Amino acid sequence: MIQRLGHSTLASFAKLGRASIFCTQTLAGITAIIPRPALLINQIYSVGVLSFLIISISGLFIGMVLGLQGYYILADFGAEQTLGVMVAASLVRELSPVVSALLFAGRAGSALTAEIGLMKATEQLSGMEMMAVDPIKRIIAPRFFAGFISLPLLTLVFSAIGIFGGHIVGVGLLGVDDGAYWSQMQANIDFYDDIINGVIKSIVFGFVCSWIALFEGYDAMPTSAGISQATTRTVVFSSLAVLALDFSLTALMFGN
Amino acid sequence: MNASPLVSIRNLTFSRGERKIFDDISLDFERGKITAIMGPSGTGKTTLLKLIGGQLFPDSGTIEVDHQNVHQLSRNQLFKLRKRMGMLFQSGALLTDMSVYDNVAFPLREHTQLTESMIRTLVLMKLEAVGLRGARQLMPNELSGGMSRRVALARAIALDPMMILYDEPFTGQDPISLGVLVQLIKTMNDILADLSSIIVSHDVEETLSIADYIYVLSGGKIIGAGTPQQIKQSESAWVRQFIQGSADGPVHFHYSNDDYIKDLFSK
Repeated sequence: MIQRLGHSTLASFAKLGRASIFCTQTLAGITAIIPRPALLINQIYSVGVLSFLIISISGLFIGMVLGLQGYYILADFGAEQTLGVMVAASLVRELSPVVSALLFAGRAGSALTAEIGLMKATEQLSGMEMMAVDPIKRIIAPRFFAGFISLPLLTLVFSAIGIFGGHIVGVGLLGVDDGAYWSQMQANIDFYDDIINGVIKSIVFGFVCSWIALFEGYDAMPTSAGISQATTRTVVFSSLAVLALDFSLTALMFGN
Repeated sequence: MNASPLVSIRNLTFSRGERKIFDDISLDFERGKITAIMGPSGTGKTTLLKLIGGQLFPDSGTIEVDHQNVHQLSRNQLFKLRKRMGMLFQSGALLTDMSVYDNVAFPLREHTQLTESMIRTLVLMKLEAVGLRGARQLMPNELSGGMSRRVALARAIALDPMMILYDEPFTGQDPISLGVLVQLIKTMNDILADLSSIIVSHDVEETLSIADYIYVLSGGKIIGAGTPQQIKQSESAWVRQFIQGSADGPVHFHYSNDDYIKDLFSK
């Protein structure tokens, strides 16, 4: 029992060490991307652009739900004209970064893990190494930076469409004044405190989710069971990391 | 053997967990020749190629390729050396998101400054050599196992390497492409005077027909070495069993286990 505990503790630390080395090598891989931006652009398409639809639809529905719930609560206090502030603040501060990151981990992260894991299992990464091409620079780094760049942009899209969704329900269906919706939002949402902080969160989440997804694929056992476990771990670890980091970042940013 | 072999392995020991794959073996691979490593499955033939390519590290011993100790090179030096090696993987290891043409062009695009039209000419030449010029637009998932291996061979020779490592090149080939492939390996090695080939295989007939020198491995040791003629006439019970493919002999067909009858009646 103690032996098993010791063994698994050592294995966890070894994995953390491998993940840190992997992260450093990946960051250094930017030198390979600068002269060949096409590598990055292709990955931004598959990681970012292809996640656009799920992010937009989720943003719309979450905005609509916020509009509905917010209206009923605010109406009790006669403050339904501040619906715009409530929807926008909830979205840009918390919901957009967190929900976008969770969706990103589920859609793009799991795909990245499976892709890299399969490349490992079919010896494509080994083959590349034998051709004197560093797979971390050629395969991993473009995907990492694509995730890192895409998630903050997707988060902004999520917020914009969510605010629009809140407007559809609040103004279009429930009769909140159109001018009040926008002007209250303009007056109370601060660019630096709210929007920039939300973007910083999404940058951190983009970094962590891409790192976890790519490392899990790279470190996966090269078997079908190994890849399936790695894909599951990507979604579980990314989701937990996003939620835990969100709490820490919120405490840092919005605490006194 | 030549005084200056291209690959020189000295006192190599390598283990995976408790199991010793190589136990203090020394081998030489001569320049300009086809050297084969043969042996039953699981003797670590592919592992040996990975050790030569610097993808695995030995427990002890040295591996020198062209006078350079592979495991003491920096990453840049190792990559420089690998540009002069071609490796044909058992699975082909083609990049699945690229067409046959782009796969063969990949090392050229990565390592040379050639124009696209020159790359095109080179790629078509390499594909013609393996008989797949007409398949250049296909994707790897549209190829049979044998065709993948031939595309991988075209890719391995794209940079005109000094040495090609073949990992089980004959497995899964139909008789026609098998014959062509055997001839291709032989002809390439004959025409390109500086090219050395290392073939890992357990296909006895094909390997004996083209190799200049053969090492037979089993149980982590070299159990036989010599020219094809010497191997065929070997007195060693190990080598004879392997060449003749008989179940009885010093090499066990069964993975070590308890007594069969006892195992059947145990609860």
